[in-house]
Amino acid sequence: MRTSERVGRVPPSGIRRFFELAEERDDVISLGVGEPDFSAPWAARDAAIGSLERGRTSYTANRGMRELREAIARHCAERYDLAYDPAEEVLVTTGVSEGVDVALRALVDPGDRVAMVDPSYVSYKPGVLLADGEPLPVRTREEERFRLTYEALERAGAEEADLLILCYPNNPTGAVMHEEHLEPVAEFCREHDLRVLSDEIYADLTYEGEHVSIATLDGMRERTIVFNGFSKAYAMTGLRLGYALGPGEGIEAMNRIHQYSMLSAPTTAQHAALEALESCDDDVEEMVGAFNRRRRFVLSRFSEMGIDCFDAQGAFYVFPEVPGDDEAFAEGLLEEEGVAAVPGSVFGEAGEGHLRVSYASGLPQLKEAMNRLEAYVSSR
Amino acid sequence: MEPKRELLDALCANARTETADLARQTGLSEDEVERAIADLENEGTIRGYQAIVDWEAVDEDHARAAVELNVTLDRETGYAEVSDRLAKFPEVDSLHLVSGNYDFLMIVEAGSVRKISRFVSEKVAPVPEVTQTVTHFVMETYKEGGIEMNDGDDDDRLSVSP
Repeated sequence: MRTSERVGRVPPSGIRRFFELAEERDDVISLGVGEPDFSAPWAARDAAIGSLERGRTSYTANRGMRELREAIARHCAERYDLAYDPAEEVLVTTGVSEGVDVALRALVDPGDRVAMVDPSYVSYKPGVLLADGEPLPVRTREEERFRLTYEALERAGAEEADLLILCYPNNPTGAVMHEEHLEPVAEFCREHDLRVLSDEIYADLTYEGEHVSIATLDGMRERTIVFNGFSKAYAMTGLRLGYALGPGEGIEAMNRIHQYSMLSAPTTAQHAALEALESCDDDVEEMVGAFNRRRRFVLSRFSEMGIDCFDAQGAFYVFPEVPGDDEAFAEGLLEEEGVAAVPGSVFGEAGEGHLRVSYASGLPQLKEAMNRLEAYVSSR
Repeated sequence: MEPKRELLDALCANARTETADLARQTGLSEDEVERAIADLENEGTIRGYQAIVDWEAVDEDHARAAVELNVTLDRETGYAEVSDRLAKFPEVDSLHLVSGNYDFLMIVEAGSVRKISRFVSEKVAPVPEVTQTVTHFVMETYKEGGIEMNDGDDDDRLSVSP
């Protein structure tokens, strides 16, 4: 069958290849997972079950259930100082992935340049290509703790860009940006009239200091769409529920695509999400505490091994430097020690020479995996 | 989170975690971990360490029961005096004063159902303040001390995901 030229431009996922390699073995300890090892809080699951028992299986409003949008607006105002009108400025999406895709299609014209943090989440670049935009990776550096800087934007020629995709706390590096780091980026966006898509799905998984959204900085609200959701902090990856916050005209444009492609986000998941926001703060706190202990454990083990790894302060990843080619390193680690971790180059050129190590696994598995990693490093 | 709280969470998850690993998890030095644990023990926050055992795997006759107790009190005898007396029985694993339809909830362990029955009828019921006992034998244990007793679900997440 003839397929579109647009799809031909999208390369196959590098993660997919590693997934297939890892699946060939049954003794693998995985440090390659991008989702919590916890289950969604019981109250949220129970709300999902209850919604099914009551036969709530119809579509909801395109933008999402009104009560959910109101709860999201309250939550974001209280937690992140993001004030949005639930009627006009909130869109409930099928995961942040759909939100970003819809935003790119709504905001990008053919040939528009879209700057994005490199390294970052694997879907941004394909999303830009599918929206007929031109991806413009902006390299971040380990010596700057993988934070985006004004200078990095200049070096990449981002003044020519129309849009900037941010992802902090970052997948795959675990880097975070506090207000003092975001301000110069905001200045660049104001000076060069860039709109911003800010993926903040890992916001609750910020271990040192508070998460700050770029949309809260002066002059940024009107040019930013903020994305967040329930996958990471509430361990609801499979329920596929995210949301976008932004100025009315941006959200309306996104909704125009969303209403034809998705109609509305899954109803059952929306009921779970509403309950999660209303009653699951303690579950989140407990999970974040467990992640933080694992983060310290993993960072400390890398330090003991003499492997260079900056102190990632967010998400559930660390991003150590590895000797030589990262793909060869990761393949060898998988073959010789049965430990799966994703090569950094999968997330962009700036990730070369690194490994994405997820600590979303129990401490006993992490301990064993780090011992095996140490054995692998010392045998090379 | 406070370092002491972090330590307690880590110890509740596994009290046998090595000092070096506790230090890695909490960001404290090994000396600081040892000092903090000693403080927590000395001040009575940590009262002891126990194994959580699936006794049925070791001894199929092992029995456990939750016993509801009602008591009457007088001017000389309060809950403290009654609990003092009951808690001293070695068969009593835990004892709580509770709100609701009865006064004490007592968890009793013994080598057999018969032994528990005899203990309740011969030792507990005759305590002068005890007016009523209702014994519920534990038929199956699914969770104990925060630990699930089944073997857990396999991790069905994709081994590599975005």
